[in-house]
Amino acid sequence: MDLGFDIVDLPESDHPVEGEQAPDFTRPLVTSDHWEDASLSALAADGPVLLVFHPMDGSFPATYVWNELTERAFDDHHDVQVVGCSISTPYEHMTLIDDREMDYPLFSDPQNGVAEAYDIVNDLDGMAGVSEPRPAVFLIDSDLTVQYAWVAAEWPEFPDYDAVSDAVASL
Amino acid sequence: MSDATEETAPITLYRLQACPFCERVVRKLDEYDLDYHSRFVEPMHSDRNAVKRVSGSRTVPAIVDETTGVTMSESGNIVEYLDKTYGSEN
Repeated sequence: MDLGFDIVDLPESDHPVEGEQAPDFTRPLVTSDHWEDASLSALAADGPVLLVFHPMDGSFPATYVWNELTERAFDDHHDVQVVGCSISTPYEHMTLIDDREMDYPLFSDPQNGVAEAYDIVNDLDGMAGVSEPRPAVFLIDSDLTVQYAWVAAEWPEFPDYDAVSDAVASL
Repeated sequence: MSDATEETAPITLYRLQACPFCERVVRKLDEYDLDYHSRFVEPMHSDRNAVKRVSGSRTVPAIVDETTGVTMSESGNIVEYLDKTYGSEN
């Protein structure tokens, strides 16, 4: 983005990178129909997972990211499961899924523990006590090895969707 | 930073989460160590009546500075105002 002024740099992060192990976790996984506890490892056992961390449902980055991912429909062309994660509640996730008419399930993590495990916590200025994940994308294979990782270094910043596409295509 | 947003702060910042123009104003407020209170509004332009009520416009960022009685929109204008009002030359 060239806005004619500097945007906010986020601090260095020790997030998992290509070849490292993605932390496993269990959280409610929400579809338009229901939610139930699910683990990343159980999902990954069915095939590679594109895990997309996004700002809270209703924020404009969440809308932009899911519009783009829905349009690109990586799962139509490749063996990959596209899954989201934000701090929004299951009820809000159902609303987002309906509003965006998307087929992708979303992990609900209001206490942001998954972002802590991935070292991608974004403490929100002006919202006391609220933190959420930085925008981030991890492509994770069936034994939880990270095949591709992107984590926002600025706020706001959006994924390089072409790079994600290349990574998914090279599985 | 979170303790700089208490409700009694003289400056109220109307902002949209992750809006770079709003973050630009936050940087400037932090640079001058100014206390401010954040009020977040909806991304949908037509849903931003909270801003329109104070500034007459639905655009963010907007600030209300009770110290000077100024209400102002547009990040470039706000940054210039903060520089002039609170910058080191003052």
